[in-house]
Amino acid sequence: MIIKTIFSLLVMTSSIFAGVAKITAASDLVYAFSEMKSVFEKQNPDDKVLISFGSSGKAYTQIINGAPYDLYFSASMKYVQNLEKKGFTATKPKIYAYGQIGLWILKDKNLDINRGMSILLDPRIQKIAIANPEHAPYGVAAVEALKNKKYYKKVKEKIVTGENVSQTAQFVQSGAADIGILPISLASSKILKKIGDFYLFPADWHNAITQGYALLKHGKDNPTAKKFENFVSSKEAREIFNKYGFKLSDE
Amino acid sequence: MNELMSLGFWEPFWLTFKLAFIATAILYVIGIPIAYYLVFSKVRFKPFLETIVSMPLVLPPSVLGFYFLLAFSKDGFLGQFWQELFGHQLAFHFDGLVLGSVIFSLPFMVHPILNGFKSVDKYQIEAAYTMGKSKLTTLLKVILPSIKPSLITGGVIAFAHTVGEFGVVLMIGGNIDGETKVASIAIYNEVEALNYTTDHIYSLILFAFSFVTLWIIYMKLGREINYD
Repeated sequence: MIIKTIFSLLVMTSSIFAGVAKITAASDLVYAFSEMKSVFEKQNPDDKVLISFGSSGKAYTQIINGAPYDLYFSASMKYVQNLEKKGFTATKPKIYAYGQIGLWILKDKNLDINRGMSILLDPRIQKIAIANPEHAPYGVAAVEALKNKKYYKKVKEKIVTGENVSQTAQFVQSGAADIGILPISLASSKILKKIGDFYLFPADWHNAITQGYALLKHGKDNPTAKKFENFVSSKEAREIFNKYGFKLSDE
Repeated sequence: MNELMSLGFWEPFWLTFKLAFIATAILYVIGIPIAYYLVFSKVRFKPFLETIVSMPLVLPPSVLGFYFLLAFSKDGFLGQFWQELFGHQLAFHFDGLVLGSVIFSLPFMVHPILNGFKSVDKYQIEAAYTMGKSKLTTLLKVILPSIKPSLITGGVIAFAHTVGEFGVVLMIGGNIDGETKVASIAIYNEVEALNYTTDHIYSLILFAFSFVTLWIIYMKLGREINYD
C-alpha cells in the first residue's frame, strides 16, 4: 500500500508538467538562465526546464557519452561544433551571445578597481583567480588579456585557477584569492554586485568569447526544448542577456 | 608518448605521493594518541570526541572543502595564523592540502588503531604495569607491537584515501603546477580539456600503482590484518 502510494506520487510529480526539457549550460549563464527559466515557465505554465550548470568541457564529455540532455548552451562555439561533427546535434550550432570579462574584487579590500590591470601588481594582491585556461573559454580569454597587456609574466606566480567560472568567483568571494577575472554575467548578479566591484576589459584585449548552442539529437522531438530554443532569441530573453552584460550577435 | 618523458607529466604523481606520505606520517603521530585516549580514558564526553573524529566519514568533500577554503584563506582563522607564522596562506598551497588531507583521512587512521587497542589483552597491560613499567613504555613496548596489523591497516588506508582524494583538493587547491595539482586533479583537467589519451595514461598509472601497492600489502600481511 505504502509502496503503491509512493510510486503514484513519483509518477504524479513527473506528469504534472506537459513537457520537460533538460538543458546543460555553461557556468557563466547561471544567473541569466535562472532568470530565463522563471520567465519561460511563467509564459508556458505547462512546461518545465531543468538546467544543469557546469563547465562546457564536462558537459561535452557527458553528451558524447550519452547524457540525456535536450539542449546544450556552451561558453564556447568550438565544443558545439565538435558535437555537430560527431553527429550529436539536431540543429546547426548557433551563436547566442558574446561573453565579456573583467576584474572583480571584494569591496572590503579597499583597493580602487578603476586602476585597471595595474592593481594586479599591488603587493596586497597575492592570489589572482581565473578559470582554468586549459579548458574554460573564460580562462583562455583571461590569459589572452593578461598577455595582451603585458601583465602575464609579471603576475604568473600569483595565478590560481578554478574549475569553472563559478568556482573562480567563489575563490574571490571567500577571500581565499584577492582578486579574480570573471565574466560580467557573474559580476553583475545581485549577490556579487552587492559585495564587489567590477572593472570591464575592453573587448579587444582578448579574442571574442563566442558562446554557441544547439538542439541535441536527444531533444529533437521534445516540444518544450524547441519552445525554449525559440525563447532564447525572444525579446524577453535578449533583455535578460543584456542585463547580465552579454553582447548579442547582431549588435 | 613523448609526454611521458617530460618532467611536467610526472609532477602530479610525485606531488600526490609526497602529499599522501606526509599526511600519513602526521596521521600516525596524532592518530595513535587520539585512539589511545578514546579507548583507555574514561571521560564522559568520549562519545562527543568519537563523533568529531568520525565526521569526515559522513560529510561530503564539498562541505569540508568549502569550510577549509573559508578557514584557510588569509582572513580565515587558520589561514591568518599560518600567514603570520610562515608568510603564506594555507589555501592554494601544499601545506593546505596536507592539513586538509590529515583532517579528511583522520577516521581512516584512527578507527583501525582504535579497534586494535580494544582487542589488546587487558591482563597483558596490567602485567606490564605491575612490573613497574610506565604507561608510555607499556604503550611502546607492549601495546603497539601487538597491534601491528591494525597500525599497518590504518596507514595503508589513510595513504590510499589521500591518494584518491579529489573533492577537497579541487576546492582548496587552485590547480597550481607542482604545488597543488595532484594526480586526481590532473586527470580531471585532461577530461575537461578533452585530452582523453593523456587522461587514459594518467588513469592507468594511478590504477596500476594503487592496485600493486594494495596487493603487495595484502599479500605480505594477509594473515595478520584484521578487518574490524
